[in-house]
Amino acid sequence: MSAPFPSPPGDPPAPSGMPGSVLVTGISGNLGRALAKQLHAETRVVGVDRRPFAGKPKDIEHHQVDLRKARVEEAFRHRPVEAVIHMGIMHDPHMPFSEAHSFNLVGTQRILELCVRHGVRKVVVLSSASVYGPRPENSNFLEEETPLMAADRFSDVRDLIELDMYAQSFMWKHPEVETVIVRPVNIVGPTVRNAPSNYLRLEVPITVMGFDPMLQLIHEEDACRALVLALRPGLRGVFNVTGPGEVPLSMVLRELGRRPLPVPQPLLRAMVRRAFQARITSFPPEEVDHIQYLCVVDGSRFAREAGWSPRYTLRETIRSVL
Amino acid sequence: MAPDLSEAVKGRLREWTYSLGGPGARERLEKLTPPRNEYGVDPYGFDTEYMVAAVAPLFWLYRKYFRVQVHGIEHVPAEGRALLVGNHSGQLPFDGAMIEVAFLLDRDPPRAIRALMDTWVPTLPFVSTFMARCGQVVGTPENCRRLLAADEALLVFPEGTRGLNKPFRERYQLQRFGLGFMRLALESGAPVIPVAVVGAEEQAPALFDLRPLAKLLSFPAWPVTPTLLPLPLPTRYHLHFGEPITFRGAPDEDDEQLERKVAEVESAVRALLERGLKERRHIFW
Repeated sequence: MSAPFPSPPGDPPAPSGMPGSVLVTGISGNLGRALAKQLHAETRVVGVDRRPFAGKPKDIEHHQVDLRKARVEEAFRHRPVEAVIHMGIMHDPHMPFSEAHSFNLVGTQRILELCVRHGVRKVVVLSSASVYGPRPENSNFLEEETPLMAADRFSDVRDLIELDMYAQSFMWKHPEVETVIVRPVNIVGPTVRNAPSNYLRLEVPITVMGFDPMLQLIHEEDACRALVLALRPGLRGVFNVTGPGEVPLSMVLRELGRRPLPVPQPLLRAMVRRAFQARITSFPPEEVDHIQYLCVVDGSRFAREAGWSPRYTLRETIRSVL
Repeated sequence: MAPDLSEAVKGRLREWTYSLGGPGARERLEKLTPPRNEYGVDPYGFDTEYMVAAVAPLFWLYRKYFRVQVHGIEHVPAEGRALLVGNHSGQLPFDGAMIEVAFLLDRDPPRAIRALMDTWVPTLPFVSTFMARCGQVVGTPENCRRLLAADEALLVFPEGTRGLNKPFRERYQLQRFGLGFMRLALESGAPVIPVAVVGAEEQAPALFDLRPLAKLLSFPAWPVTPTLLPLPLPTRYHLHFGEPITFRGAPDEDDEQLERKVAEVESAVRALLERGLKERRHIFW
């Protein structure tokens, strides 16, 4: 079924000034493992996750511990940590809200405190471009200063917004730590299992009748390369990270050979709500906004200040979910 | 099956577009080449191939229904940033559509004008997609800045729905102009080109606006016309373009100073309107 396409590009060249050791939270997730694979060839990697790390390369030191526990500090004590990539964020829409909330926020707070205590020079926090939220009144290209409005319609991203804002205030409070907040567009790829890639994997995806918003996708390996690039000394601030361009949802589905089923908006929202409550689908009803309205960001700041450009073409990125 | 069908329909519509456009229309329209990716769209979602098919009904309205006459279109530069500022009328925004079609049919090389939409439009099924594929964007200041910096021409109706949905007794009376477009003109250095549309006011004479119903449906207005629906009558449209006016000043100057400059644009539009009304022989022909 899947047409042959150019083999994935090789490993990125080591950016100058790669930290001697990098601690990665949430390393056991699909994206975390992809990042570890890229990173461990270039520097010493320490993993922290409450899940075991399946298929862990030998040279990675893994600490299986909850980020909220005091024992996390061992990961910092064992050998000095020069940089931290914090991507240990839980977003299971069916998880009780309080548990995820505490894990995400208390965990983030804990990790950032430990960074200060142990003299970590660089912190990269993984946020997401969905913090802006898909809205009819959005500009076509949202810049980093756009208010994070996603929560007014979609409470599930509240955690991510709070985390992003917490990291921003940390950035101002601790100028001695170079903090980078990375907001990538929808991450897709062969291993990630997030809402956008699961949606694109449906044979008969439901669409909102009469709506066809522009989408931005980034390949999982490109997203990991962006996180590695953010480790570059001197880089500090909030950055949108974009992939190879913008494309209407309908053209993405056509490229994947899907048979979309358009449903009128009011009916669709009621349907998804019922199905979600009955646990037939893992798509929260508010996710409908993402296939109805625009949430496209301007990634020029990261391109300018970090020299970012994705490796995968638009077509390769779309087809990576196959 | 379905894609084949829609491709066939698109092909037919494209042929219709070319035949309405007259001799050489195809070659002229092929000169429109916005930056496109491998899927044929620009970053805003503008798709010229889709547009050439989708505008066929608007071309028909332009040529056969409203029989639009264009005056002074040569005042609009062929390239470079520009702000077209016009009067808004007619209950349904056919005035904007006809101005854009004029730049596709009665101008060589054609120019794709970006009209600014109300934030209400992206909530409308089909309309939102049609507008985006035809290169229209929501009129946020960020969008305008970006497009002007890219040397595009924008079409602005500073009266907004105040002008569009005013009752018939106030026809050809300009409503209050917003100041936003002047800030953009000062910031970008784009010339302002006054535009007057004569004929749209009579297409759907509104007796009054049924505000409570509009509010209930979250529509900007609910005009009540003699036919009950705001369907346009076949009035003849006249589009008048005035000479470009370049303004100098700081974009963050006081509202008072901005208002003075905006008043200058208002009077230019009013003068064009008066001339257009004087020159018009009849509402319908």
